[in-house]
Amino acid sequence: MSQTVTLTIDGAKIEGQPGQMILGAAQEAGIYIPRLCHKDGLTPHGSCRVCTVMVNGRPMSACTTPITEGMVVENDTEQISSLRRDLIDMLFVEGNHFCMFCERSGNCELQALAYRFGITAPKYPYMFPDRDVDATHPDIMIDRHRCILCGRCVRSSQEVDGKNVFQFVGRGEEKRVAVNAEAALADTNVDVTDAAIEACPVGAIIKKRVGYVVPIGKRLYDHKPIGSEIEADGAVTAK
Amino acid sequence: MVATTDTKKIVIEPVTRVEGHGKVTILLDENNEVQQARLHIVEFRGFERFIQGRPYWELPVIVQRLCGICPVSHHLCAAKAVDRLVGGENLTPTAEKMRRLMHYGQTFQSHVLHFFHLCSPDLLFGFDADPAIRNVFGIAAKFPELGKQAIFMRKFGQECIRVTAGKKIHGTGAIPGGINKNLTIEERDFLLKDMDQMMEWSRGAVKIAKDYTVENLEMAAGFGSFDSSHVGLVREDGALDLYNGGLRAIDKDGNTIFDHMDNQKYLDFIAEEVKPWSYMKFPFIKSIGPEDGWYRVGPLARINACDFIDTPEAEAARQEFAAVTNGKPNNITLAYHWARMIEVLHSAEKIQELLHDDDLQGEDLVVKGEPRREAVGILEAPRGTLFHHYKIDENDQVTMCNLIVSTTSNNMPMNMAVTGVAKKYLSGKKEITEGLLNHIEVAIRAYDPCLSCATHAMGQMPLKVKLVDCEGNVIDSRTKGASW
Ligand code: FES
Ligand code: NI
Repeated sequence: MSQTVTLTIDGAKIEGQPGQMILGAAQEAGIYIPRLCHKDGLTPHGSCRVCTVMVNGRPMSACTTPITEGMVVENDTEQISSLRRDLIDMLFVEGNHFCMFCERSGNCELQALAYRFGITAPKYPYMFPDRDVDATHPDIMIDRHRCILCGRCVRSSQEVDGKNVFQFVGRGEEKRVAVNAEAALADTNVDVTDAAIEACPVGAIIKKRVGYVVPIGKRLYDHKPIGSEIEADGAVTAK
Repeated sequence: MVATTDTKKIVIEPVTRVEGHGKVTILLDENNEVQQARLHIVEFRGFERFIQGRPYWELPVIVQRLCGICPVSHHLCAAKAVDRLVGGENLTPTAEKMRRLMHYGQTFQSHVLHFFHLCSPDLLFGFDADPAIRNVFGIAAKFPELGKQAIFMRKFGQECIRVTAGKKIHGTGAIPGGINKNLTIEERDFLLKDMDQMMEWSRGAVKIAKDYTVENLEMAAGFGSFDSSHVGLVREDGALDLYNGGLRAIDKDGNTIFDHMDNQKYLDFIAEEVKPWSYMKFPFIKSIGPEDGWYRVGPLARINACDFIDTPEAEAARQEFAAVTNGKPNNITLAYHWARMIEVLHSAEKIQELLHDDDLQGEDLVVKGEPRREAVGILEAPRGTLFHHYKIDENDQVTMCNLIVSTTSNNMPMNMAVTGVAKKYLSGKKEITEGLLNHIEVAIRAYDPCLSCATHAMGQMPLKVKLVDCEGNVIDSRTKGASW
């Protein structure tokens, strides 16, 4: 006998399974909750806070909060959108994100979120941090200028690839994705086919020599905003 | 402007209706005779450092940021170098023709913008006409048909760029060893529907430039003109080729200095000199030396240097052009305009030819071969020969970059033109009017300098002129905001 949990998101009634997180239950119901550090199939991380929703009036991360019976969730409100806009904005200014020549442009989740939220230029001052590039591996490159510390590579490497190629080191402003080796990426057991490489939502971990191959107009987010694949036809909409 | 000391200096800053920021200084003695006139462009090569460590496949996209005016030239020139880095310099027909379509589109739009928006006010109203009407708005009011043509021709060129690069500005079309898309039938037909109109307007533009030059030949011959060498790429058979070819240099009489040079070895025949009064370098032909080795690039140099043009209407126009100087190189500064419009017609003919070529619908887009660590790309940008030179390390990261932009090659010629005009028109004048100063700017504009490229400043800035006395005091200064 399967139990279901009933909750509302922006007034729409949806059902989910016990133990499911708000983000996942919403997604199955065709409601997109913006996210960056979350990737389906990986352990929820709850670090970027882009998925923040109001649960019974309190801000919670939708990727780590399990659903409960009668829960009242607010997702698409001006208050939350403005919070998410600020978070996205800060992610832009605390790295060196030059979308205009980044090869992930058009396929980048951070950029796509900015577009979805109507951000054309950040309101906070750029921090222009000093970051580095690790291009030692013959097929893979890490460009830390573009890293948003979502940890998707770290978890993918452990949980999907069964390796431990990437890990966080340092704290606060010093925090960065390091590789599990004496020197550099070339010294790890990473492989170009690893899920960890595909897991990066931005242009921080890229496959070498394939940039710009997809023409403008054919890229993932050229025509449809991020999340529209979830907001499919028949999605539950608020009444 | 009143001279209060024995020697004075006029500074024109900014020079208007040019792309970018530059200034002119003119030194006058006690009799108001011009002692010296110079164009100063502050060249800032920070960009070369900025791209150190970037992966080479980013180059064609990243270097477009060097200049907001000529992004396509840098995109294609870098791509030509990067092709060699992946051993893919022998492009597939589809890739080469797509890139050519992009290039002819940008040449078309760049030349049209320059002629109609920046220069026609001088040519159609007169160099010292009232500045209130001597501008693009004056043109639109008095010659509405020309104003309209300028807008639609420019748009057509931009559409050629859009369908090949994905965007009108800062696209991604050219990738290492090829192109990332072909031309769809819809895109082709979209361009074809305006083709006849573009051809007709291009013929009209050639006629305006030709009539102007021929009717004012005597004035033009004495207006900032001087003998010089000319440099440009030519195809193996000597035809004008804006996209690919070997480098040729001819002297003022048309004698060959070098021909079909191996572009990878450009440093064997071109060097750059530093002069104490300018931040911009002065390229010169090595075999002649720094004193006399400077040369001109751009439309005038190319039309002079080629043996013929491989499209019939532009070739007929070239023959008329050559007849004016009895087949010898044309050394008249103002003849740049006519040469530029011949290239507009040539670009239109080339675009038409390409649109009827079904190679553009081909599927074979990229080739790669034996990789290299160093490569040079040379392209005939609208403003003249453009050099991109890169070295990379074993990790695919850029370690060295050297760029010689067209405007840098024309540095000495523009200074020659400025000096010539200043001496002829300003010397001994009691009062130096705006109209007289504009003569200086007319001479500079003929070269269509992109000071933005030359300064590598990533953007557009206004231009400035100063008048300075013998003690270095600025007597008068004119700063004009950028009009664009
Ligand atoms: S997606 Fe939930 S915190 Fe990042
Ligand atoms: Ni430029």
